[in-house]
Amino acid sequence: MTEPAPAPPETQQRSTAGQRFWRELTTGSAMVTLLSVVLALVIGAILIIVSDPRVLDAASYFFSRPGDTFSAAWRSVSSAYAALFQGSLINFQEYSIGRALRPFAETLTYATPLIAAGLAVALPFRAGLFNIGAEGQIILGAIFAGYIGFAIDLPIVVHVAVAVAAGLIGGAIWAGIAGVLKAKTGAHEVIVTIMLNNIARFLIVYLLATSAFQRPGRADPISPFVYESAELPRVFEGTRLHVGFLLAILAAVFVWWLLERSTLGFRLRAVGHNPHAATTAGMSVTGTYTAVFLIAGALAGLAGASLALGTERHLTPGISGGLGFDAITVALLGRSNPWGTIAAGILFGALRAGGVTMQARTGTPIDIVLVLQALIVLFIAAPPLVRAIFRIKIRAPEPVTTAAKGW
Amino acid sequence: MSVDTATSPASPAVDQTRVLTRSWRAPIVLAIFGVLALVVFGITAPSGEHSTFRVSTSSDFVQIEPFALPSRLVGLLLGVLCLVIAAYAFWLVRQARKVPLWLSVTFGLAFVFAFLTWAVAGATISLTNLLQGAVALSVPLIFGALSGLLCERAGVINIAIEGQLLFGAFLSGVVASLTSSTWVGLIAAPIAGLLVAYVLAVFTVKYFVNQIIVGVVLNVLVIGLTNFLFSRLLSPDPATWNSPGRFLSMKVPVLGDIPVIGPVLFNQNVIVYFLYVIVIVVNIALFRSRWGLRVRAVGEHPEAADTAGINVNKVRFRNVLIGGAVAGFGGAYFTLGVSGLFSREMTAGQGFIALAAMILGRWSPIGAVFAGLLFGFANNLQSVLGIIGTPIPSEFMLMAPYLVTIFAVAGFVGRVRPPAADGEPYIKS
Repeated sequence: MTEPAPAPPETQQRSTAGQRFWRELTTGSAMVTLLSVVLALVIGAILIIVSDPRVLDAASYFFSRPGDTFSAAWRSVSSAYAALFQGSLINFQEYSIGRALRPFAETLTYATPLIAAGLAVALPFRAGLFNIGAEGQIILGAIFAGYIGFAIDLPIVVHVAVAVAAGLIGGAIWAGIAGVLKAKTGAHEVIVTIMLNNIARFLIVYLLATSAFQRPGRADPISPFVYESAELPRVFEGTRLHVGFLLAILAAVFVWWLLERSTLGFRLRAVGHNPHAATTAGMSVTGTYTAVFLIAGALAGLAGASLALGTERHLTPGISGGLGFDAITVALLGRSNPWGTIAAGILFGALRAGGVTMQARTGTPIDIVLVLQALIVLFIAAPPLVRAIFRIKIRAPEPVTTAAKGW
Repeated sequence: MSVDTATSPASPAVDQTRVLTRSWRAPIVLAIFGVLALVVFGITAPSGEHSTFRVSTSSDFVQIEPFALPSRLVGLLLGVLCLVIAAYAFWLVRQARKVPLWLSVTFGLAFVFAFLTWAVAGATISLTNLLQGAVALSVPLIFGALSGLLCERAGVINIAIEGQLLFGAFLSGVVASLTSSTWVGLIAAPIAGLLVAYVLAVFTVKYFVNQIIVGVVLNVLVIGLTNFLFSRLLSPDPATWNSPGRFLSMKVPVLGDIPVIGPVLFNQNVIVYFLYVIVIVVNIALFRSRWGLRVRAVGEHPEAADTAGINVNKVRFRNVLIGGAVAGFGGAYFTLGVSGLFSREMTAGQGFIALAAMILGRWSPIGAVFAGLLFGFANNLQSVLGIIGTPIPSEFMLMAPYLVTIFAVAGFVGRVRPPAADGEPYIKS
């Protein structure tokens, strides 16, 4: 609160997106982000060490040979983090560039739904709304997109377009319920979206047991594969990366345009800053709430469609697998801005992809990734804490926008 | 949505002029559900079937014969009763009076019993077992809801109930395994909840970080942490880390022999008895003690409380810790009360249902108990009816509590009003 004021206003207005991105990267908030990641990795390392049976074994004779404990601890952490890196970026053990970069393609595959769903959380944040319902919206998007994908036979190109559009509509309907209830009755969106998540969870279980959705000849809840014409095509052969990633980037560009260049975006930010002032200025707060939730739902629906048509290509009850909650951390890490959301989505996608490799190669459970994610966001949310830990002066970043307060 | 919105509920000027407001929402919803009850459970139900309810369990002191009811007749009668209540609600609103809570509750009971009679037509279920299971399933929900309202009455939103329950379950299980004592495990449970709550309090009360954000992130953190330690330690070596054992049911003498009530309420394990005590203590402390008055003042109007000399942030910090301890204690029910071992993400979203129960119970301990019981009942009904086979898919029964909550927060079953300063950080100027 005693920090110097941020950059002078005239540069803020005239700078391009690229300049702003660079500034975001080099000023205080990027520093906080970096230090938060470091701090999270350190705590993660401690966790890996104290839970490693080999380290515990060595520690049992710590006083006779302390070196053993330290070397076991070092081996444990270094092998786990090396696998995390190789599984998410580059695998140096491969000889061709294409194969060496395959882990990065996997990172982007994981990042695709995270970016789309992260945007679905970030956009309402800017309007002062908290969308915890990305999980349910993803499921609905996947149901709609998947159903068009495997139940209806349409010509190539048209089919995938219709299926993706259906996914957007599915997500928008689910989020629209929360938006309309918020606008018409004042029902708090956090509660309504949490409830809708659970309803969606049971809905997909129910649907996958009906004859319309269940794969013929199967007793477990699983749908048929989508038609080839409805698949989001792969970008590189031999990887799982698909066109959905480009759609997610396009969605981020759209969100940027919406927020910074459109009338609705102006209204949205005004409502987020001060709904009373916005009402006084003649803006419809309730209309904005509904619109924001419809768009956010469509974005989460895109994440669902990319899972149903691109990554998995069929429906299972666990198709979302907690992505909607990861999306909240993505949006927070990305400071609710579209470029930040892309970066955060890729970072968490990398943790996911690397985590899979780490678990396979070193036996370190992938769940450590959740811990890292949560810690990173916690530290970023409280810059004074990071400052206190590192005893340095860094410029306070903008507070994490105007998130929902109270019920 | 035909609400007479001459005044917005937020404007403080309302009280001075006492504007006549009529909200038709409640009677309309009641009427719709009343017609539904009459048509589905009464008129269109197959005639000639009987629904049989068993009351006594085999070990009861006093045995009561099972009774059979003609399904269609009971459905018709209860459907008519529902419509009468709806009509009375219309009349009340016409007189510009509010629809009282007891009327909604009576309506709910009639509707549920009509549904039950319809669903078990031609079959037999045990009412006692149904209620016993409902109580068992509602215990963690009530603990969680109590935790939530202890925080929110002081103005801090606690979304981290899920994390506190889960960490309580985890730590109580691990400590009980390591010490081979369920009692030591039970002591560890509130400490686990306290730890999670401490982080919540530091971030929200000290650093003023958005309360919902911290809560959500803490849930992710606890899920990640317990999953990680589970895969690393508990699952490879369950003998050391994951064999806590569990508390067995203890029948209270005399009280436990009362038909229906005895087996349902007084033949449970020790954690449930603790729950009874905690509910009573919280209720008295919150509404009958100086401490409770201060807490509520801080939650409703922190500036005024501050002026009166109450240290707002200290009260909040303490209440978040108490709430966390209560939720952590409730978490022990999963491991030490029910399953006898810890499993991955075993709370399975119950913390969020607890949040819903707290809201449905209108931030009061007694309300939380009934809301928790409602959710437990719906959940247990689903599994009981799943066994005898019903016309309704079990998934829809599982959805019911969430739908009810949405209806509640949307104001269709009476307005719920949170503490006024709930979620607002208090920065002393």
